Amino acid sequence: MNYFAAVQAGLPGSMALTDIIFLAISAVLVNNYILVQFLGCCSFFGVSKKTDTAVGMGMAVIFVMALASIVSWAVNYFVLVPLELEYMRTIAFILVIATLVQLVEMFMKKAMPSLYQALGIFLPLITTNCAVLGAAITNIDNQYSLLGSIVYGVFAGVGYLVAIVIFASIRERLEVTAKCPKCFEGFPIALVSASLLAMAFMGFSGLKIW
Amino acid sequence: MKFKDRLNSAVLLDNPVFMQTIGLCPTLATTTSLSNAIGMGLAATVVLICSNIVISMLRKFIPEKVRIAAFITIIAGFVTIIDLSLQAFMPSLAASLGLFLPLIVVNCIILGRAEAYASKNKVLPSALDGICMGIGFTFALVLMGFFRELLGAGTILSGYVGADKLGIQIPGLYQYPAAMMILPAGGFLMMGFLLAVIQYFMNKKKGDK
Repeated sequence: MNYFAAVQAGLPGSMALTDIIFLAISAVLVNNYILVQFLGCCSFFGVSKKTDTAVGMGMAVIFVMALASIVSWAVNYFVLVPLELEYMRTIAFILVIATLVQLVEMFMKKAMPSLYQALGIFLPLITTNCAVLGAAITNIDNQYSLLGSIVYGVFAGVGYLVAIVIFASIRERLEVTAKCPKCFEGFPIALVSASLLAMAFMGFSGLKIW
Repeated sequence: MKFKDRLNSAVLLDNPVFMQTIGLCPTLATTTSLSNAIGMGLAATVVLICSNIVISMLRKFIPEKVRIAAFITIIAGFVTIIDLSLQAFMPSLAASLGLFLPLIVVNCIILGRAEAYASKNKVLPSALDGICMGIGFTFALVLMGFFRELLGAGTILSGYVGADKLGIQIPGLYQYPAAMMILPAGGFLMMGFLLAVIQYFMNKKKGDK
């Protein structure tokens, strides 16, 4: 079988529009990356002390996840599947993501200095953010089409943004007004409030749209 | 530093999960049962030891500028080995760890030890460091997994011991489990309470001095 035939045979089928819309809504609310699937927790707790930085980080994650979904999809279906190298997926994807983040950083520094000022410091953090690699692997595991992968990547990023912004505002409030036992001060009370937030998001799991 | 001191520091005083709060994703996500927690801890430990050894062997050949990419490639190689072997020999464990098995590659603890220790030290100390940090990580996972399974399902080690592999059932808790504890919200809650207990004892210790 030549290369083009192999690519043809390996491509996933197209997805209906309703499936894609449902995918988007469930990625934000029902299967929220942080609060339901625990993907990207490190940066979630690391950069959620202030709302401004949380917004910046969320935006950077959306941007990188959208790009990473496209590139990893292309790498998987145009390189790994035709050459029967699927077992190299983890290595290939993490390298692609690391390179991509590096390129984005260099490009932004040169072309969009103001955006780089806002997002630049978060970009290196994103390489080791499991949300990005997680989205790339989920796209392939579930055989999403290219459009489905992009939508999933973007909206999983939106879910991350929503969660981190809500959590950052809770944490800002905790700093000034909340009184809690001394042993809960700082990180433990933040985790307990994350737990309450996760409980609120559990309500969405019964969501039926049609 | 002696092995005993180092183990003590990795497990208790400087535990990567509880004290440095890194590697939280697998800690929260895979501790829904004790057996999952042990599986995840051991898988990460094996990767940590192997990658520490190889990175420390290659530390003189890896150029400074591309070291992170080189570390990630080495780690990803070992993660792939573990991933494929678990899928072949322990398919049920691999299925329940799911996505988090390939995601060991982005575990901050492994990359952190490569950068902070293995790239600067000789092979044997790096291997020991990997063993100690791995035990510390596994210890944290086991603690989380034990309490979450106990409160959330009322069992211990379900899937591996007991009649029909249902685990040791704790009377009272088994009939009326607090199912929230094995849901995502319970993960955050358990972690918060464990950290609070640790902070309580740390404060007490400080007060004594």
